[in-house]
Amino acid sequence: MLSLKNKIGWTYFLIAMPFMIYVIAFYFVPLFGWIYSFYNYNPALSFSQLKFVGFDNFVKMYQERSEIFRVLKNTLAMSFLLILVTPLPMIAAVMINEVKHNKFKRFIQTVTTLPNFISWIVVFALTFAVFSNEGLYYTILRNLHIDVPVIGILGNNGAAWFFQAGLFIWKTIGWTMIIYMAAIAGIDSEQYEAARIDGADKFGLMRHITIPGLGPTFFVLLLLQISNLLNNGLDQFFVFYNPLVADKLDVLDYYIYKVGWAVSDYSYATVLGMVKSLLGIGLLFAVNYLSKKTKGESIL
Amino acid sequence: MISKQQRSFAERTFDILNYAFMAVFSFVCIYPFYYVFIYSISEPRLAQRGIYLWPGNFNIDAYIKIFSLNTIPHAFLISVEKTVIFTILCVYFSAMLSYLFTKRVMPFRSLMYRIVVASMYLNSGLIPWYITMKTYGLRNSFLLYVLPGIINAFYIILIKTYIEQLPSSLEESAQIDGAGFMTVFNRIIFPLSKPIVATVAVYASVGCWNMWIDNYLLVEKANLQTIQVILYSYLNEAQSLSQGLADMMRSGNAGRQLQLSPESIKMSITVISVLPILLVYPFLQKNFIKGIMLGAVKG
Repeated sequence: MLSLKNKIGWTYFLIAMPFMIYVIAFYFVPLFGWIYSFYNYNPALSFSQLKFVGFDNFVKMYQERSEIFRVLKNTLAMSFLLILVTPLPMIAAVMINEVKHNKFKRFIQTVTTLPNFISWIVVFALTFAVFSNEGLYYTILRNLHIDVPVIGILGNNGAAWFFQAGLFIWKTIGWTMIIYMAAIAGIDSEQYEAARIDGADKFGLMRHITIPGLGPTFFVLLLLQISNLLNNGLDQFFVFYNPLVADKLDVLDYYIYKVGWAVSDYSYATVLGMVKSLLGIGLLFAVNYLSKKTKGESIL
Repeated sequence: MISKQQRSFAERTFDILNYAFMAVFSFVCIYPFYYVFIYSISEPRLAQRGIYLWPGNFNIDAYIKIFSLNTIPHAFLISVEKTVIFTILCVYFSAMLSYLFTKRVMPFRSLMYRIVVASMYLNSGLIPWYITMKTYGLRNSFLLYVLPGIINAFYIILIKTYIEQLPSSLEESAQIDGAGFMTVFNRIIFPLSKPIVATVAVYASVGCWNMWIDNYLLVEKANLQTIQVILYSYLNEAQSLSQGLADMMRSGNAGRQLQLSPESIKMSITVISVLPILLVYPFLQKNFIKGIMLGAVKG
């Protein structure tokens, strides 16, 4: 005979069951799709009709290594650009913190976080409005009688990485800034007063109190950025992809999409996605280990 | 040693530069939205020659055209519908599961919690996800928009942390009065969790409104297209615009001839797809910041 307490506990358990079935169905079952890496997947056939090909799809990764290296180069180039600019939101937050008019401060925060709430498709629409050949930027140049290049920035191969990194910063900086603003709000105000009594000026306060106070936040965000080394996201590269910049925007996420849908090589795309996922988890744990070692804190 | 005067001069210079920089920064963030808006309500011929601050010859023909076509208003409604339904499901069920996870008497509590948290780090990849959704029969189905993602580990962590610090006295007195699990959850826990629920609702609804890859890859049915995908297809002239827009330009309206250009149409659809976000933006931003603060405290 169950005690009353146990009975209540099992009632909760029963209520939790549908939730757990849902979680397994939507997050764990898709993992079984990795099995298609060993088959020649064809959407028209049932599983028993599929041809088992062993490690052929993995061997293909080796055979197409020049392609893989090209894609990895783009992926890492984008990731390194983004790692390089991780101090930007912090600097911006420190500067906003020096704005003493509260209304202006709130205005800046409101306006700069807006791009974070729109989809990459809308970012593309806005970029197109400003930077396409008929767009605002080139219209201004034309009206000033300045020569306009035949191929605009959206098709500029040499600038593609930098342009995409710039767009990414534009979209995310406001939001990341808020994380830093929260951290600044958490700095003990007594520290500021003590330093002020010691005769520190604005710059002294920034250099010796605000910026060191943001160190831990910066570190965590930097590590998270590093753990995302292989994740550039599909959306951005999907919408900005065009023949002129194709070879530069082919990052891993986009390449997997392309192999799957343009080439219809589902099995090979599965292999690529699986390897990427596993490397991603490995990176995350490595970075977390690093954080535990150096700071004694887990970031997961 | 620098004199006080020099110091204040340096500080004042910094302030001026800082304010100037912040003004430019804000301008860069907001102006593209404003530009697209004024373009969409200007006479296309004038807009093409260049408008910068004010609309040229106020003209809303592009909007008239868009709303006279069925596709765009319909896609807008589909987007609104899926966002509302998904947000309600996500918030309600995530909160319920979070509440269950605060129950220490529940057997296998920590194991189940770990399974949910693990789901945050698992990523099967595009193809296995696609095949699974197809196997579940979600292809060409509205359910594809609202079923995946209802239980989200990140939200569960946020809500659970919040519920844990609620005073337990209210809940206990309700239980003594004989209220069951659902009653306690619906009448006490869920209403008390309003602050965190609002934050999660914002995350969920923005995410859902901006989601398009599910539509793009798995839904071909014309009457289930979302506004994001419609916008994309209009921007991507090569495909839909050549037919859709060309028809649009050719068909003279019964009354006067509408003044349209491909650009003005694109701009108007962009405005329509951003509008809901702008309308709820003040509410959105407040709760987003709150969520970040909570996350920061937790981290």
